[in-house]
Amino acid sequence: MSRMVKFLIPLALFLIAVGFLFKGLYLDPHEVPSPLVGKLAPTFQAPILGGAGKTFNSADMKGQVWLLNVWASWCGACRDEHPVLMAMEKTGQIATYGLDYKDTDAEAQAVLDANGNPYKVVATDADGKIGIDYGVYGVPETYVIDKTGVIRYKQIGPITDEVLLTKIVPLLKELQ
Amino acid sequence: MKKLLILLLLVASTAFAGEAKPLAEDPVLEARLKAMSQELRCLVCQNQTLADSSAPLAEDLRREIRTQMRDGKTDQEVIDYLVARYGDFVLYRPPVNKETALLWFGPFFLLIIGGFVLYRVLKKHAGSDDIQGEDA
Repeated sequence: MSRMVKFLIPLALFLIAVGFLFKGLYLDPHEVPSPLVGKLAPTFQAPILGGAGKTFNSADMKGQVWLLNVWASWCGACRDEHPVLMAMEKTGQIATYGLDYKDTDAEAQAVLDANGNPYKVVATDADGKIGIDYGVYGVPETYVIDKTGVIRYKQIGPITDEVLLTKIVPLLKELQ
Repeated sequence: MKKLLILLLLVASTAFAGEAKPLAEDPVLEARLKAMSQELRCLVCQNQTLADSSAPLAEDLRREIRTQMRDGKTDQEVIDYLVARYGDFVLYRPPVNKETALLWFGPFFLLIIGGFVLYRVLKKHAGSDDIQGEDA
């Protein structure tokens, strides 16, 4: 073995390790890939926020592409996400439905009254049961559900402008 | 004074014991829940088990597990229920499958490479009388 090769092997190993570590810098351990992507979204029925006893049935959404945004009045990151949801609503192209997770109706309604309501309908999940069915572990989380009721994408954490433009908008175009 | 303090402590501890009681309604079920939740990861604080965590989600999941156990589900059925929603990540002992193959077998692979390199180096040294003359 020549001197040159002996020098190059450790260097190559070092560069491989650097490559893995560099990739690791951009991985978020909090983003756990959801096993639900590609599967049928769990169906649920839940009271509608401010709906005077009416219920939302997710089975009625068959045939349209929709976003299910899990949020709560107590969730700080949801407040950061709110303007993006409002902008999405203004385009009129995206049907966003809310799931108010482990919250009280009064507090949730107060947030919507103060900041605007980007949702077509907000279903309420006061005890978090629907959240468990959807594998929610930190709000906000958003599911893109296609016409056949299959979850096509899950956004963990707030939807940013970047996520909207690079992931959600292209996906919605494809699904429509 | 000291006696009074000790008495106070005793009273306080019995008060706590009283509060915790409703949880232990069914000791067998609680033991099952405890054993299982020590094998499951809390997704909110990922370095804690579901048994240790006091995150609201962990409480909800413990309650859900308890309900399902009461309904007569087996441990495996409850675990499958959680894995279907949260993925293999909830398990502290990941199953052997395509995605975890590198995790399970990677170390052995490295060990084999290391062993091979060691073998080559030792053989080389054994072959030469002069230990320092390896580059010659």
